[in-house]
Amino acid sequence: MSNRLINWFRYGSPQSFYPLAGRMVPWFAAAAAVTGAAGLWIAFFVAPTDAQQGEAYRIIFVHVPASWLSMFLYIVMACWAGLGLVLNTRLSAMMAHAIAPTGAMFAFLSLWSGALWGRPTWGTYWVWDARLTSELVLFFLYLGYMALNAAIDDPRRADRASAVLALVGVVNVPVIYFSVKWWNTLHQGASVSLTRAPSMAATMLTGMLVMAIAFWMYSIAVALMRVRSIMLEREAHTDWARELKESAA
Amino acid sequence: MKPRHKRLALIGGGLAALAVAAALVLNAFQSNLVFFFSPSQIAAGEAPRDRAFRVGGLVQAGSVKRNPEGLTVNFVVTDTAKDITVVYTGSLPDLFREGKGVVAQGKLGADGVFRATEVLAKHDENYMPPDAQHALEQAQKAQKSLRTP
Amino acid sequence: MNWGSGAEFFSMGGYGFYVWGSFLVTAACLAAEPLLLAARRRRALERLQAERQRHEAAA
Repeated sequence: MSNRLINWFRYGSPQSFYPLAGRMVPWFAAAAAVTGAAGLWIAFFVAPTDAQQGEAYRIIFVHVPASWLSMFLYIVMACWAGLGLVLNTRLSAMMAHAIAPTGAMFAFLSLWSGALWGRPTWGTYWVWDARLTSELVLFFLYLGYMALNAAIDDPRRADRASAVLALVGVVNVPVIYFSVKWWNTLHQGASVSLTRAPSMAATMLTGMLVMAIAFWMYSIAVALMRVRSIMLEREAHTDWARELKESAA
Repeated sequence: MKPRHKRLALIGGGLAALAVAAALVLNAFQSNLVFFFSPSQIAAGEAPRDRAFRVGGLVQAGSVKRNPEGLTVNFVVTDTAKDITVVYTGSLPDLFREGKGVVAQGKLGADGVFRATEVLAKHDENYMPPDAQHALEQAQKAQKSLRTP
Repeated sequence: MNWGSGAEFFSMGGYGFYVWGSFLVTAACLAAEPLLLAARRRRALERLQAERQRHEAAA
């Protein structure tokens, strides 16, 4: 038991995680490229036209995966931040910082593609309904998290302060998810849920899920890329960083 | 208690308190978070009388009447229990269809007619190709005719 | 196959602006992020190199 704990903490240290992350990046990047290409193929050439919305519905293939990832990445980020707060490990906070910009990007893409979908179907780019507003709050939570990190000079203090913000913001994620059930919204209910069969044609659903996997693989690849840079930036003064056989060339 | 456990307990307690606070705030704001009122809610007097609000429901089949000159449209919004007549001048969204969801913003007149300044389509979460929808409609029709011989 | 011709594919049944507006902005963001990260890594490695030289000079 104690041995396993020590091992776990060893991989939790930057010097052993740095090379491991470096080896994982190409695999996740390749998986993202393959699933992304397959997803786009299904989205445009396999999935049929929608009976009500015509071709405009194809925005679903970026909108729903981006929205899922924006929520999922927030939870993962908050878990790392919380772990850092409790265990005081260096790697946890770095992982949380590495996820935030990618999560913010997906929140932005969710709002952007949603606006472009809303205009031709609902008749408006934006309404202040509970679903759209809570997703906008999520976007601001990501920005607030990054701003707080940038504002505090002492990295350890910045880690703790931003971790508290990240954990408080978790409340917003179930609000986004259930907003369409709890309140009257312009946004429609979920097409895919755990409690009942999806209300989509099979090929449409497949395309959406494959795109979601692609975004997921992409997120892991870029988060690992970013955490490696954060490690180099923060630990440049340590022996392990100086002894790395890597240079800018 | 080890310092780590104490910290964990403090964080857990803080989060629980925040969650409760958020739940209370959301509950208090519930009335303000209502994006639209249904015709039944309006009939029950729940909608504001003096200011603009939104009404949501289904466009009753066969109720859409377009004014031959100009862009004025009359239609009935229903939640199958109650309904309300809406008058609107302007262009309608692509998904505005009879029998489908709609959300209209405007004011309720003294005559009980809702004068809308904006009409938005509210579509459902079903996505299927046209032939599948056609088959579904045929099946529903067949079922209906079986129930009411 | 859904499309009779290239033009049909690009017009997306009249929704081309909205569909391509969503997909192209998403593609641009997903392409830009790794490029920005590569630049960040280069800067971090340059700083690390400077740190190494300082360390050697001090030793």
